[in-house]
Amino acid sequence: MAFDYDKYIRPGKLPHIWCPGCGHGIVMKGLIRAIDSLQLDTKNTAIVSGIGCASRLPGYMDCCTLHTAHGRAAAFATGVKMAKPEMNVILVGGDGDGTAIGGNHFIHACRRNIDMTYIILNNKIYGMTGGQFSPATPTGAKASTTPYGNPDPPFDIAKLAIGAGATFVARGTAYHATQIDKLIAEAIQHKGFSVVEILDDCPTTYGRRNKFKSVIEMMNHLKETSVPVKAAEKMTAEQLQGKVLTGVLYKEEKPEYTTEYAKVIERAQAK
Amino acid sequence: MEKTLPKIEIIEKYCKGCHICVEFCPTKVLEMKGFVASVKNLEACIKCMQCELRCPDFAIKVITD
Repeated sequence: MAFDYDKYIRPGKLPHIWCPGCGHGIVMKGLIRAIDSLQLDTKNTAIVSGIGCASRLPGYMDCCTLHTAHGRAAAFATGVKMAKPEMNVILVGGDGDGTAIGGNHFIHACRRNIDMTYIILNNKIYGMTGGQFSPATPTGAKASTTPYGNPDPPFDIAKLAIGAGATFVARGTAYHATQIDKLIAEAIQHKGFSVVEILDDCPTTYGRRNKFKSVIEMMNHLKETSVPVKAAEKMTAEQLQGKVLTGVLYKEEKPEYTTEYAKVIERAQAK
Repeated sequence: MEKTLPKIEIIEKYCKGCHICVEFCPTKVLEMKGFVASVKNLEACIKCMQCELRCPDFAIKVITD
């Protein structure tokens, strides 16, 4: 039976603004399926975003949503979670919004291990503003501001999150559509700060500058360059050259921030 | 047993013509008609739901019974 996405979408909001072939819609479908599989109460679920293509996502979702300042999704979401710890807080943003403009907010939210889920849609470019290179743009790739190729090495967002202290880190791709909802559902269930990086395509501002002939070629590129973590264990370093790992990359249990903060309040009030 | 065919509903207003459904359909059920996807050969549909799953524009619904 067809999945009823309409139940979770604000009436009259579709069609969305994303370009033809943009994977953001696929990720949004994954998020909806994840919310549905966990039977989350939409009135008790906050979706928070910053600015950018990916950050338009909460506008379509029939949940409690916040569309905030550029890069500040983590800051606003921390406020929501501290005020209402029982709420499910999900953040959505792009690679530029999350790791450049909001880089500091991102790493400190990871460090605090506050119970939120950050979905980073990594399309390797600033799409909305005209294709400027982002911290996730691969070395040598062309962007509107790097017409001769990008000299910078990119961030590995998943490793950055692990290094900063996130307790659940996973990576998926827009090609592996059935995996997205499972990763997001597992991340939402995890008690602590969880990061799900979804590798995405931007045919309009990245693809056409980097010799991708079509959306299908970009989707197949995501498929060819990704390796599941379990399969990677049996592969040599040479075989893994130029590949990215997908699946649950890191998971650990650590004290969560809102419960720790409740203890602080208790200690202060006991005096 | 007779094969029951699903109903593939394409919301033309939502379709942006990205070709994803056409290319990823394993049995080539869909085709592009101008800028929007349309059903070419419903008989071949195996109800794998790939088109519905991958359509980034929420434009395809595969209705099985």
